Amino acid sequence: MKSTYGIEVDCAVCAQKCEDAIKKMDGVLDCRVNFLTQKMTLETGDGDNLNALMKKILKTVRKIEPDFEIEGF
Amino acid sequence: MDKKKGKLTRKQKKNLVRILAALCLFVLVKGIDLVLHHGYGTGLARLLPLENLGWLLPFGLYLGIYLYVGFGVLRKAVLNIGHGQLFDENFLMTVASIGAFALGIYSAISSSGMSTEGFDEACAVMIFYQTGEWFQNYAVGKSRRSISELMDIRPDEARQKQEDGTFRIVDPAQVKVGDILQILPGERVPLDGIVTEGCSSLDTRALTGESVLSDVKEGDSLISGSVNVESTLQMRVSRPYSESTVARILNLVEQASDQKSRSETLITRFAKVYTPAVVISALILAVLPPLISGWTGNGFNWTVWIYRALSFLVVSCPCALVISIPLSFFAGIGGASRNGVLVKGAVYLERMNSTRVFVFDKTGTLTKGNFVVTEVQPADRRDLILEYAAIAESQSSHPIAQSIQSAYGKVPADTTAYVLDNIAGKGVQARGGHSILCGNEKLMEQFGVTGEHVGGAGTVIHLALDGKYLGWIRITDTVKPEASEALRSLNGRTVMLTGDREEAARVIAEETGITEYRSSLLPQQKVDELERLLASKKKGECLCFVGDGINDAPALMRADIGIAMGGVGSDAAIEASDIVLMKDDLRGLAVIQRIASKTMRIVYENIVFALGVKLAILALSAFGIASMWLAVFGDVGVAVIAILNAMRANRIVRMSSGRD
Repeated sequence: MKSTYGIEVDCAVCAQKCEDAIKKMDGVLDCRVNFLTQKMTLETGDGDNLNALMKKILKTVRKIEPDFEIEGF
Repeated sequence: MDKKKGKLTRKQKKNLVRILAALCLFVLVKGIDLVLHHGYGTGLARLLPLENLGWLLPFGLYLGIYLYVGFGVLRKAVLNIGHGQLFDENFLMTVASIGAFALGIYSAISSSGMSTEGFDEACAVMIFYQTGEWFQNYAVGKSRRSISELMDIRPDEARQKQEDGTFRIVDPAQVKVGDILQILPGERVPLDGIVTEGCSSLDTRALTGESVLSDVKEGDSLISGSVNVESTLQMRVSRPYSESTVARILNLVEQASDQKSRSETLITRFAKVYTPAVVISALILAVLPPLISGWTGNGFNWTVWIYRALSFLVVSCPCALVISIPLSFFAGIGGASRNGVLVKGAVYLERMNSTRVFVFDKTGTLTKGNFVVTEVQPADRRDLILEYAAIAESQSSHPIAQSIQSAYGKVPADTTAYVLDNIAGKGVQARGGHSILCGNEKLMEQFGVTGEHVGGAGTVIHLALDGKYLGWIRITDTVKPEASEALRSLNGRTVMLTGDREEAARVIAEETGITEYRSSLLPQQKVDELERLLASKKKGECLCFVGDGINDAPALMRADIGIAMGGVGSDAAIEASDIVLMKDDLRGLAVIQRIASKTMRIVYENIVFALGVKLAILALSAFGIASMWLAVFGDVGVAVIAILNAMRANRIVRMSSGRD
């Protein structure tokens, strides 16, 4: 399942690092953190608990970029 | 997030105030210091009545300003050390500036408190860095907005008819198929549909890049994204918002920036190596030369080399590259979409720039695809020939059959009296009142009829009645008027693939100025021919196939770049191709070629510029010629310039103008 989120990230290098980190997470099939459009596209398995996953993602990316924001989370 | 009103975000405003305040304080402190120094021969360091500790006052003042302006950087640096992010920009900047302070303290103590050198620079470097970061942030935000705003053909609202006959403004996404909408003059058509009331003109500029008015009346279809120019229209919605032309186009453009180009992937990989490499060389620079110099008896000179190493840390961020390369492509794709060309990913702009072979489908691409009977011989039997031909072709919906039917102009009277046999690849045999043969020369041969051999353009249909040769009909397709101009402006080989006879293909080739053609191809042979062309091109070159999206999806997908013409409203074409020319105009090819070459030039410029400046500053720092100031420029200044350069890819290219 593919879903897109608005994000807030200030630095292009961090966006890339976050993308790499999210890709390695369990439950994430693919991910693209687009610094230019300030959007994140996430591909996850069907029926996964997105809310819980997003919390984990946020925790992971904030270790790289403390100001990373995901709209609605 | 990006509000159209208010140019600065709240975060940007806050940071700007902070930077300006810090700058004022810095100028004030530095000014007082200079006045005291030159006017009274003292300086801030002599104000404190403390032996050997006079440096504490200027140090404290500069440190205060430093902490104030650099708070965000320091905070992230502290957090990031906790998370083990050693190669983080904030962390490295913090190390560099704190290192500079430390060097200042060292020189103050070793000069018994009188030297205050270094504090002002450490503080200024942070102010300068934050200013650069601010500009970078502002420029990226502005670029992003200006690209997306101009691409934004998203309708904000729709006037939906209510049960009581009035209209209410609703969100286009809530409108259902079958709903009636009203479109006032000046408004955008929010969804795809059919006109139910009124007639007006529509401007499709936002979709096709060219301002051409097309008239619509009751029963005509409306494409979302076009603008109603003249008078109020009512329409019935035929597709939900998510499937409308506008939504599909916007989706494509947004996804286009998700696809990474080859150069972007390379830069990303490079960036991962660059920062650690610079940091490690900074470490070596701080330790090795002083040791060598110390052992050889020339003194250790620790401060000199540590200062140079700190400058290294400042230029260790590859931001300029990581931002500006994708931004250039994004700007190029945005510029293309304003010219009515949809590009489905940065990689296709890259490939377009190295395309040297252009393969065209004939019908509908080079020609208009509307077949017309242009000649009937012998002329005195015209009506007779057309009547029998119309009977024979009465059950076919092929464009050629339809052109015969429309040339005859009447419905043939006694079609029911005939049995029609289709003879594959040759024509039709009709048996009934008469025996009619209608088809090519091979059909005539098969039935032993001696016909005339006719050369020249188009398709020739021969006719025989009861075994006797009657005459022939010539049907031609018109070449698009812009074809020869458009083909001449392309840089590379041009090849036409067609099912026509050799002679007919040659006529079209001469008319359009195409350099090569492959004739008499059956539909399935076109892909084979394309494979052969793909195998014959040089390494590093790309091949693009241009078609109209009808029956050529396999070729569109097989080519390095598949370009579909006149894509507005054709799902199949948009689906199968990599680049869509929204307008059915071959000159769009030259436009996209120019945009591609311009974008790539900007990408290379940015790579060379950013890397060149950084390497130069590294070299200069190593020899002690560059100061930390210059290093900060090498970091953020270069990024800002590269961003501004990237934006040039977004300028509009005019159709049919010369090279720029």
